[in-house]
Amino acid sequence: MKVAVVTFPGSNCDEDVEHVLNHVIGLPAQRIWHREEDLSSYDAIVMPGGFAHGDYLRAGAIARFSPVMNEVIRMARNGFPVIGICNGFQVLLESGLLPGAMLRNAHLKFLCQDVHLRVEQTGTPFTTAYDRNQVIRVPIAHMEGNYFAPPDLIEELEANGQIVFRYVHPDGRREDTAFEANPNGALHSIAGIRNREGNVVGLMPHPERCSESVLGNTDGRKVFDSLLNHLRGDQ
Amino acid sequence: MKFKVEVFLKDVVLDPQGKTIQKAIQSLGYDRVHGVRAGKVFMMEIDTANETEGLAIAEDLAQKLLANTVIETARVTPVP
Repeated sequence: MKVAVVTFPGSNCDEDVEHVLNHVIGLPAQRIWHREEDLSSYDAIVMPGGFAHGDYLRAGAIARFSPVMNEVIRMARNGFPVIGICNGFQVLLESGLLPGAMLRNAHLKFLCQDVHLRVEQTGTPFTTAYDRNQVIRVPIAHMEGNYFAPPDLIEELEANGQIVFRYVHPDGRREDTAFEANPNGALHSIAGIRNREGNVVGLMPHPERCSESVLGNTDGRKVFDSLLNHLRGDQ
Repeated sequence: MKFKVEVFLKDVVLDPQGKTIQKAIQSLGYDRVHGVRAGKVFMMEIDTANETEGLAIAEDLAQKLLANTVIETARVTPVP
């Protein structure tokens, strides 16, 4: 049982994810350089946060053509669990593994703060350890987190239950137009989605930054607990 | 031959950058200027003497890489 954490030039949350998996969760994880072309000995993939290839052109646009992406796409299509966090989510969007695109935050500011999320779907390999509609507090740190998709696609995501996390007020109330609830202006307050099959998940907030009590918050830990349970075959 | 690719957010996508620039233009007193959109321009040289072929290559690149077609549109033109 081993997890690949993909490191692009400019990734900066790869070590955090690797640390949490290895030393907090006890799930063996290894960082993999983006030029690697064979991930067949791994059981899951984490695409971490950062600024892959400097975020030149668009966030994730260049990373999407890194050599490792052929393997990421192959494993995602074969049902292996794949999660993209922040920049990793942007790479998954650019690669077409998840639908939609990211726009600049509605107020054109880089946002670095805690947000509240409502867990909408617990049926993914990364959310089984949460309760449905549970509200968690997780930090965000991004410039392009304003999720956009055309109206028919948004409708499809809603109908298929593909919205996994939503930005909400601390009491769990959703308010798309309120900065306090949905700071980047994402459509339908979307913070995280899954593909139709459910094995690929992307989210803008950083669960790896709140997975240990020493950091003052462990609300993100269950993302990785869920993955461990999934790989072990437990529910 | 030289080609130019212009990439803009689709009209249905809100362009906060363009909106902000528009506000600055208005504060300069240019009341009759509106509809400002911000975009990107890419210039490239392609090894071909055939304009149609060059346009096809630039168009291909625009769709695959230079624009994210979920949110953006691209326009390719030859540069004399």
